[in-house]
Amino acid sequence: MRRLAWLLAVTACAQVPYERIVKAENEPANWTTYSGNYSGHRFSPLSEITPANVAGLHVKWAHQFESGRTETSPIVVDGVMYITAPNMASALDARTGRELWKWSRPIPKDYQSIGFGRVNRGPAILDGQLFVATLDCYLVALDIKSGAERWSARVEDYKPGYSMTLAPLAIKGKVLIGVSGGEAGIRGFVDAYDAASGKRSWRFWTVPAPGEPGHETWPAGDSWKTGGGSTWVTGSYDPDLNLVYWGIGNPGPDWNADSRAGDNLYTCSLVALDGDTGALKWHFQFTPHDTHDWDSTHVPVLFEGEVRGVKRKLVAIANRNAFFYVLDRSNGEFIAGRAYSKQTWAKGLDDRGRPMVLPNTEPSAEGTIAYPNLNGATVWFSPSYSPKTGLFYVSVREIGSIYYKREADYKPGTFFAGGGEAGIPNSEKSGAIRALEVATGKMRWEFPLHTASWSGVLSTGGGLVFSGSDEGNFFALDATTGKPLWDFQTGGAVASNPISFAVDGKQCVAIAADRVLYVFGL
Amino acid sequence: MSKRLLSGLLAVGALAQVPDPSVGKKIFESQCALCHGQTGTGGRGPSLNRPKLGRAPDDEALWKVISNGIEPEMPGAWQLNPREVYSVAAYVRSLGTMPPEKLPGDSLRGERVFASKGCGGCHVVAGKGDGYGPELTDIGTRRNGVHLRQAILKPATLLPEGFLYVAATTQNGATVRGIRVNEDSFNIQIKDARGQFHSFAKSELKELRRLRDETPMPSFEGSLSAADLDDLVAYLASLKGKS
Repeated sequence: MRRLAWLLAVTACAQVPYERIVKAENEPANWTTYSGNYSGHRFSPLSEITPANVAGLHVKWAHQFESGRTETSPIVVDGVMYITAPNMASALDARTGRELWKWSRPIPKDYQSIGFGRVNRGPAILDGQLFVATLDCYLVALDIKSGAERWSARVEDYKPGYSMTLAPLAIKGKVLIGVSGGEAGIRGFVDAYDAASGKRSWRFWTVPAPGEPGHETWPAGDSWKTGGGSTWVTGSYDPDLNLVYWGIGNPGPDWNADSRAGDNLYTCSLVALDGDTGALKWHFQFTPHDTHDWDSTHVPVLFEGEVRGVKRKLVAIANRNAFFYVLDRSNGEFIAGRAYSKQTWAKGLDDRGRPMVLPNTEPSAEGTIAYPNLNGATVWFSPSYSPKTGLFYVSVREIGSIYYKREADYKPGTFFAGGGEAGIPNSEKSGAIRALEVATGKMRWEFPLHTASWSGVLSTGGGLVFSGSDEGNFFALDATTGKPLWDFQTGGAVASNPISFAVDGKQCVAIAADRVLYVFGL
Repeated sequence: MSKRLLSGLLAVGALAQVPDPSVGKKIFESQCALCHGQTGTGGRGPSLNRPKLGRAPDDEALWKVISNGIEPEMPGAWQLNPREVYSVAAYVRSLGTMPPEKLPGDSLRGERVFASKGCGGCHVVAGKGDGYGPELTDIGTRRNGVHLRQAILKPATLLPEGFLYVAATTQNGATVRGIRVNEDSFNIQIKDARGQFHSFAKSELKELRRLRDETPMPSFEGSLSAADLDDLVAYLASLKGKS
């Protein structure tokens, strides 16, 4: 009863002003934004669970979703956990998992996911509201105390193929979202909405229109209008520079580039946008003129480092194209890069970070073998960066593919990909958790997985790395050595991102596996 | 696609629309192959180069799967017109069919060879036998005569996909040999020749050997007459699943 009173007391006054999220490291008991902090670290400073005691980790509670393959990354604030599923959100008592409220919105009957599963990767929180992006392309604000819908904004029409699966990013007074639809011939964008009113503040189109800078990287004609550039993974934010960092998806059609000669900016790029206006400050393109569906939609990891003796503000990306990059995040300058996974499409990166593409690696009618496959060396699930170890942890997929090129005819609301891929018969497929030196990408250790995983990675102040596997394992590794220390069979494939928080002063770790969300503690 | 539209499609389509597998092939390769593989060998989605599809036992079910999808993973192809849906279905069915094959043996005699050689000691057929090796109840729908013949004579050269013979040695030196039943990053489950299951934490094993080109199935080269071999192949090819 005393606990209940405490819970009610904190939920009644819980407000999450922007300043709390900026200083997330000051309140490690909470997980206030998708990646745990604006820097995209997915690192919890909590240190109760350590390599010495992690063997005693056990399930404290579990929550069952109505449907499977749950990809949600929860938000936890003051004893309440907020979770999502497609067009659904709910608040749970973080101590017991019991539901406090639930909100849902019907998925229109004619809605279709073109090229991806029906998933949702989590909510965002700001002040007294929870923000949820829906499959049918609405951004919805809910009252965190009741789940009451305060406003909903129509982001785009879902019928031509726009959709949203990502967790929004709430910054000062604004809520940012991106869209899926890179296999449907959309023209992508990043949007910001006023958190109080739901009115759109700005839109950054990821494919520039005629007359705008970058349009010269598209041929004359209309191919830019269906040029892709989805924005389906949550970005990061530097409050001091007031810059939002967002990864941009593949150009369309994916595997047949005949209609889109040129570099196809800003597809497969990282863009830095002014938080107030959405104005482009700089961009860096990882895969110019991509023909393998290697979206650059990753959580950018912001860190401070020294480059030739000078302190710099940096950003690290483990890209789907199998290269790891370090850029100066104030101006986009390429600092370092190297392959972190098997790749056969580029000789390497040149001095400016542009790939030196090998001949005969593009998709073809008869099929072209290349590594990595279309899901990339890593994909949407989050990496983690521990400021304690200086290591960047990433779940790596080492699988090749035979890429086929086919005709691509654009019809709104249909698959517009111009080809596909097939597995390489009898080829080795593998996965691993790799620890890379954040400033160079050099591998420090790896933990091999039985198969390639779809789980993100969490690192903690206690010196642990948590991740999951396709066979249902949720496990802990020593953050310094990669030694396996604990594992638990969840009973369902893990395709989500772990988080850590504390309730009643006790550290917990949470992961969704298929249709169950587990919370573990000592 | 709405149910109303689909039922209309089925009613009109069944009478008026003639499927064209070549049209279906083109659509399949551009719109289905992303998940199912260019030749239906599977990928993100299941393989379709099988005569029986669990979610689509008949043509009408297959049309519905193509049109409506399977939530939450498979999107419905409501953009396809009725003829295109039927064409894709026809192509998908063609992926699972094999050209009819004439085999010299006699399947009834082959059944007796199967019994006399003790094959049922390791293979289940229609609910009979032991399940140490792969079940053969519908092997005739999945493998042709050439393949079956080679599997009998040189089994180690034709191991089924995912099949792995392993030898696990514990810290006290005991070794368990058997077929890998399941495995993840931390654990392995093995079934030995007596059908007994063994479960090991990989970290607690002294050694785990993956006997990649080995199989507990003996070669029958030299122990079967040419006629017996023909008959056994004919019998296996006749196994088309549970009636």
